[in-house]
Amino acid sequence: MRDLKKAENEMKLEFSSKSNNEAFARIAVAAFASQLDPTIEELADIKTAVSEAVTNSIIHGYEDKEGKVKIECKLLENTIYIEVSDMGKGIENVEMARKPLYTSKPNLERSGMGFTIMESFMDEMHVESIMGLGTKVTMKKKIKVEETNIEENEPIVTA
Amino acid sequence: MIIKYSSRDKLLLVKITEEIDHHVAEKIRRKVDNEITRFMPRKVMFDFSRVTFMDSAGIGMIIGRYKMVKMLGGTVEMTNVKQSIRKVFEMCGVLKIIPIQDNYIESLYEWDKVG
Repeated sequence: MRDLKKAENEMKLEFSSKSNNEAFARIAVAAFASQLDPTIEELADIKTAVSEAVTNSIIHGYEDKEGKVKIECKLLENTIYIEVSDMGKGIENVEMARKPLYTSKPNLERSGMGFTIMESFMDEMHVESIMGLGTKVTMKKKIKVEETNIEENEPIVTA
Repeated sequence: MIIKYSSRDKLLLVKITEEIDHHVAEKIRRKVDNEITRFMPRKVMFDFSRVTFMDSAGIGMIIGRYKMVKMLGGTVEMTNVKQSIRKVFEMCGVLKIIPIQDNYIESLYEWDKVG
């Protein structure tokens, strides 16, 4: 049985803003998150959210120019904290960008659902952005602890 | 990606065999658009049986193909969609315009020979 109190760990990643790193990033975070013993669904949620954040950095932050995307993850108790940041051009209007279906690049067939997906697949999502300096997305998700086997832990009551 | 065409049914089958993100969506888009303009299918079926991951790039990709096929008088459907991917489609309201066909069986169609 896993011991959640001891599950305190962190990692940092930095990689080039190339679209073929999107898969690398989400798989690396998923591998790290798997220490918390998430369900397949929770893991899929985390992968999707990371993929959205990293893709935003690559196509909006750097607009396909060379740059670095950073990811920092922390595991604390049974919660994963993920921070995805870039030093790209920044988002002019974060509130607008977070609206479902909003996209600044309709010609790229973007659905405009990236932030909406991050928001609903994770427990919390914050966006900080400064024009010309970059964008930082922080997310957290609590991994549900599996119900322990009741029979096993029930106090033995003697008659 | 595996692409098959049935001239008898005017059906284009697109079986995606990779995780769908922004990087892969670009490739799929180019290839599928090519096949659509080549065959002018009445229906395009996207088979997700081998897709284990999809983010919002897949939404943009499939809606883009839907618009194109619709303009040419055809329809788009999807099949074998896993729960985690269905969740992304549902959130974006895609299933209202592109339905999931659960009783599609590939072997029931007569596929054209390739080459």
